[in-house]
Amino acid sequence: MIDLMQFTFMQRALVAASLTGAVCALIGVFVVFRGMSFIGAGISHASFGGVALGFVLNINPLYTAIGFCVLVAWLIGWVTEIGRLREDAAVGIFFASTMAMGVLLVSLIKGYQIDLFGYIFGNVLAISRNDLIAMAVLALLVFLVIFFFYKEFLLLTFDAEMAAVTGLPVKWLNFLMLTLMAFTIVLSIKAVGIVLVSALLVIPAASAVQLTAHFKKAIIYAVFIGVVSCWSGLFLSAFLNIASGATIVLTATAVFFICTFLSPQRRKMRRRIGTLVKTQNS
Amino acid sequence: MTTPVIDLQNVSVAYQDKIVLQDITLSVSPGAFLGILGPNGSGKTTLLRTMLGLTDPFDGTVRVFGKEPKKLKRLREKIGYVPQQSHIDLTFPIQVKDVVLLGRAYKMGLGKRPHNQDREAVEEALELVHMTDFADEQFGRLSGGQRQRVLIARALALQPDLLMLDEPTAALDVGAAESFYEWLHNTHKNLGLTLVLVTHDVGVVSRYVTAIACLNKRLVAHGLPENVLTEEGLQAMYGCDAVFFHHGKVPHLVVSTRDPEKT
Repeated sequence: MIDLMQFTFMQRALVAASLTGAVCALIGVFVVFRGMSFIGAGISHASFGGVALGFVLNINPLYTAIGFCVLVAWLIGWVTEIGRLREDAAVGIFFASTMAMGVLLVSLIKGYQIDLFGYIFGNVLAISRNDLIAMAVLALLVFLVIFFFYKEFLLLTFDAEMAAVTGLPVKWLNFLMLTLMAFTIVLSIKAVGIVLVSALLVIPAASAVQLTAHFKKAIIYAVFIGVVSCWSGLFLSAFLNIASGATIVLTATAVFFICTFLSPQRRKMRRRIGTLVKTQNS
Repeated sequence: MTTPVIDLQNVSVAYQDKIVLQDITLSVSPGAFLGILGPNGSGKTTLLRTMLGLTDPFDGTVRVFGKEPKKLKRLREKIGYVPQQSHIDLTFPIQVKDVVLLGRAYKMGLGKRPHNQDREAVEEALELVHMTDFADEQFGRLSGGQRQRVLIARALALQPDLLMLDEPTAALDVGAAESFYEWLHNTHKNLGLTLVLVTHDVGVVSRYVTAIACLNKRLVAHGLPENVLTEEGLQAMYGCDAVFFHHGKVPHLVVSTRDPEKT
């Protein structure tokens, strides 16, 4: 492993995996409890359109994806608000149409674009210095905003109606949350890919919730699980020479099952059932 | 004449094309305890939401503390609201003390951390509802009645002048509901709050409220309990023939005598 770490691409991959794991997990706890997982999937698939646009315009696809994903996230929020539509229907509209736009743009590109597959399925070992700087800036923004508006996002997640009654700017906070989701998704697509990024938004958060009944602790556990899953997935993929994005997501899924098995609530329930069985048998 | 805490003039509300409240005019004086009664679907919760500015009327004017609900700004801090519990996710990993503290989220200021005075207000509010011992418990693991008390503490943590409650006893059994109303009555007296209570529980409410508004899309009756809770008034509200069982002057229980075969 030490030999492997001498390579610049591996050092970059490790930093990228850490950023991806941490930020996805951080925002994921809010996403899971606000029931926004499908929006995550929608924005991540929409990023395909943004990436394809970058290829067509010959600009770093991460930059075009940022603008495109934020726009789609806001459109989902706006259509839901004014269009008498449920959120999942709004996501469904943009999910398909932006993917279609991406496919259309790709068909305009002359010649075979191998790089595109790195965006669709992720290739954490192929991250450039510029990509890493863009990822770090986005990650810092997400961390700072969540840190600053923690209590506002907590109330919005726990009880959105109450947040509105107390006078919090709920609409504004909703759009801010959608923007942060878009940033998180864009910074993660190089590591885990457009198709798999939504899994990283959900799995570490869902794993952490199995282990604690405290929201702050759930965030800390989720970030830890996210980073560890990304590191494990990265090294496994490097050693076994297999796809990095898929390995990261499958490692995170394995961690989820371990957490579910170790869940204190589940253990308590098993103990209770054991006591009941013993009482009935005696 | 004192300015009413809540003043509604000819308010009508619709969801899409369906009118749910029509031509409602009522006012609530400072220190009053208003009970809003009505059958399911009569628009009780919508009326409360309109007063809170969560639902916009298509006609009429709403004033709370003399202002439109959406323009209350810092006056919002004077309003405590206890919603129905049904929309809250009970698996949410949050402690009782944090639920109560979140009631002061706006008062603390955007992006600000809680100060000592916020924590003291939380302690006082939990003490008022006798839930101090449960401060570190997970909210979702409490019983229905305990959760209700925590949501009331969240509203009281703002030290409000106006407290609005939506079906607060829906999750409670009869005994617990009785003690809850007794507690609410005492709190109303001790803190000098203005209370607005939405309920379909005719009997219990009539013993404690100072005014009643009977709702069935329109305001069927509004006034003192003894003037409003007549058999005619209740029949107009429930829209059916009914038999009333009495405790003293006011009906305690409403039972429909309509033959279900004929409806």
